Amino acid sequence: MSVIGLAVAALLFGVGTYLILQRLLSRVIIGLGLVSHGANLLIMLSGGAAGRPPVLADGASPVGVSDPLPQAMVLTAIVITFGVTAFLLALALRSWRLTGSDAVEDDIEDRRIARETVTVDEPLIDRGMHEEGLGL
Amino acid sequence: MNWLLPSAIAVPLLGAGLTVLVGPRLVAQRLIAAGGVLFVLVAAVALLLEADGGSPVVAQLGGWPAPAGITLVADRFSGIVLTVSAAMLLAVLGYAVAQLGRDALDWWFHAKYLILTAGIAMALLTGDLFNLFVGFEVMLIASYALLTVKTGPTQIRATMTYVVVNLVASALFLVVIAFTYGATGTVNLADLAVRLQEVDPTVRDTLGLLMLVVFGIKAALFPLFMWLPDSYPTAPTPVTAIFAGLLTKVGVFVIIRTQTLLFPNDGPSTLLLVVAGATMTVGVLGAIAQNDVKRILSFHIVSQIGYMIMGLGFLTVAGLAAAIFYITHHIVVKTGLFLVGGLVEAEHGTGALNRTGGLLHSRPLVAALFLPLAMSLAGIPPFSGFVAKLALVQEGVALGRGLIVGVSLAVGLLTLFSMTKIWSATFWGVPMEPAGRAGPGMIGATVAVVALSLSVALLAQPIADLSTRAATDLLNPATYTDAVLGGG
Repeated sequence: MSVIGLAVAALLFGVGTYLILQRLLSRVIIGLGLVSHGANLLIMLSGGAAGRPPVLADGASPVGVSDPLPQAMVLTAIVITFGVTAFLLALALRSWRLTGSDAVEDDIEDRRIARETVTVDEPLIDRGMHEEGLGL
Repeated sequence: MNWLLPSAIAVPLLGAGLTVLVGPRLVAQRLIAAGGVLFVLVAAVALLLEADGGSPVVAQLGGWPAPAGITLVADRFSGIVLTVSAAMLLAVLGYAVAQLGRDALDWWFHAKYLILTAGIAMALLTGDLFNLFVGFEVMLIASYALLTVKTGPTQIRATMTYVVVNLVASALFLVVIAFTYGATGTVNLADLAVRLQEVDPTVRDTLGLLMLVVFGIKAALFPLFMWLPDSYPTAPTPVTAIFAGLLTKVGVFVIIRTQTLLFPNDGPSTLLLVVAGATMTVGVLGAIAQNDVKRILSFHIVSQIGYMIMGLGFLTVAGLAAAIFYITHHIVVKTGLFLVGGLVEAEHGTGALNRTGGLLHSRPLVAALFLPLAMSLAGIPPFSGFVAKLALVQEGVALGRGLIVGVSLAVGLLTLFSMTKIWSATFWGVPMEPAGRAGPGMIGATVAVVALSLSVALLAQPIADLSTRAATDLLNPATYTDAVLGGG
């Protein structure tokens, strides 16, 4: 594999990972796009060096022909990423319409735990029973 | 060329297209959906019988011989899992028609459901690493769309987590494919099984570990499970039930397939056993902390995955046979439990434990449906869960792996505890004012699933024998590679 190609893939993965960890949905989507580009590039690189077009005409020798299989795989992967990104954008739009913001909200469970930790110096008996309990 | 193999994938896809063509005519949509899923079930049974009669059934698409073309394979293992999955898909479709059909909430539902069916069939039947990726994506994109059937702010958030985590896993999957192709020059599973043996062991182990991580995310293994309990409970019941029963189990299926076929090992794998133990424990502890029926059940999915990986970790015929039996039992029981959870929600308008109660008096039938499933999940005799756990424990003792056996038994007790929690809060106590009534169609579908679960227990011996034969095939990769590379 070419070192420059690998470095580019690594860069795409690094930037993509950073963006996926952001709070804003639009950045997450761009990050996912970059990560999949990195993965696609890796597949291309796994096919070896570039060569002549893989068309086997009469009498043509197969030596020095580039490997067509990774190209076919990358095409499929690109189409899939395209579809999923379109879906994500639609989801982000709906999320923005519903909540009025582009940020991913806190998990309800996380909020509950956060609330519990804030009130930790209150008497233990007051806490918990109204939140938790078996409904008995 | 066996035409059943490709048609098990193509027929539901064609059906999905047809449901869009018939438009808002719901009856026609339902008939097409039922026909498509029924076809997959019949094909699965036929394939299982044929594979069980001799060698795995193989189809080379387009007539290109392996490893050049795309191969579809049905061996005993994939036949078993596909048959159980298709049966559940059919039962849950009945439930969905009864629940969602009344208000015609979403008339794209049937198309998405059929695409999900096709994706599951493709992931189970493919003999090609890249086609496996495509199968997963088909299955996942249908599941993304199904999760958003009803969208409020909570569903959007949960779907986001689910979609983003799965997309990251898919990107990693592509990376694994790239590295595998770079190391071996093939993506055909049978060809890989042969060629990976000649690859440097360090590279091979790295690939094996990477695959475990990728499919571990899909199967919700510890520590990669966090997306599951968050996203599953927000969807409508039929959707959650089918996700709970099938999607993670497809991940487990692929873990078992790749670890046994591509990275054969002698003797138990300590890594897998540690992961199995941690998955069981963390899952069940999460379940105990919850106070909503569907959330409790979602954490149990994670916990139960641990048992299947435990069987794989032993890497013996008996261990793998126990894992296969466990998958069969678990798909049915878990789907059924979520359907019962949906009945509780239909009656009370909620699944929160402190706002339900007294269902034993107001709806004894729902209680009667819950009880055998809960007992089976916890592994109480004479239900199917007992047989599955007994087989795992016996093999663990025989191999002298006391720690994992102890953990699995303790987790079984804690499972029973959290089932008791649901029972005492929802079925005992003062009857609540009913918010609605579960329709006969919903109850009928749940009864069918419970009956199937009981018949897994009744037919334990034949199913265990079949699992043993499937496990023998898995530990002897030559069965698979010869069938794919030799003939066709």
